[in-house]
Amino acid sequence: MKFEDFVCFKATIPELQSADRDGIIAELVSALVQAGKLPSASEAEITKAVIKRENEASTGMGKGVAVPHVKHPVVDDVLAAIGQSDTGIDFSSLDEQPVYSVILLISPPDNPDRHLRAMENLFKHLQKEKFRKFLRQCQTPEAFEDLLKEADDNPSW
Amino acid sequence: MQAGEETLEKLVGEATVEIKNADGLHMRPAMQFVDLASQFDCDVTVSNGETDVDGKSIMQMSMLAATCGTRLKVRAQGPEAETAVEALRELVEVRMFDEPPPEGQR
Repeated sequence: MKFEDFVCFKATIPELQSADRDGIIAELVSALVQAGKLPSASEAEITKAVIKRENEASTGMGKGVAVPHVKHPVVDDVLAAIGQSDTGIDFSSLDEQPVYSVILLISPPDNPDRHLRAMENLFKHLQKEKFRKFLRQCQTPEAFEDLLKEADDNPSW
Repeated sequence: MQAGEETLEKLVGEATVEIKNADGLHMRPAMQFVDLASQFDCDVTVSNGETDVDGKSIMQMSMLAATCGTRLKVRAQGPEAETAVEALRELVEVRMFDEPPPEGQR
């Protein structure tokens, strides 16, 4: 699975405005609504569901990255939004360090395998320092799209 | 005192385990695996046949895309290798990460 298959390029935020975790999650869900990928009627509910999942166990995986996610029947396939924070957000991460890159994932409840494929792709890249660095340098939605498509085309870099 | 062969043999452990919970090795099970693996004095490597990853790294474990039915090879090396492999096998196959198997197998 490639980034292109699940990242909504119209829902990438180079500069997240919120200073706290829940605000960041709300911003990313809202970006997916504005991109026409989620019905606005479900915005509040999905935001709440992601926060609830995050409260159960942090998705702050360390190295400045968090991957908040939830299963929700409103999507037919895995859907992702990406945001960056220059200031760093407290996600109660495993390494107790602030988070700079947040990837929000909404997955269909009846297809756990698709969710795992998206995660595989995500962490294949996120575990590389070079990729994390490039991601943090993205300052426009176009830059995100270019970077992710380049990663899709060159799985080994 | 002899450093017998038995002592040396116990430094490695290996088992093939099958993912049996319906949702596969998603983040919560992966964290359970990493938490458990980290309790033992040994290196843990997990392979899905294509990729070998560090069983004590949550990011690397998330790269396995281990769906229900996937068989993983768990290898451990170090003083507690055998105990670690057995505990991890129990977590994956017996406890199934405290999650249900697929519909129809319940």
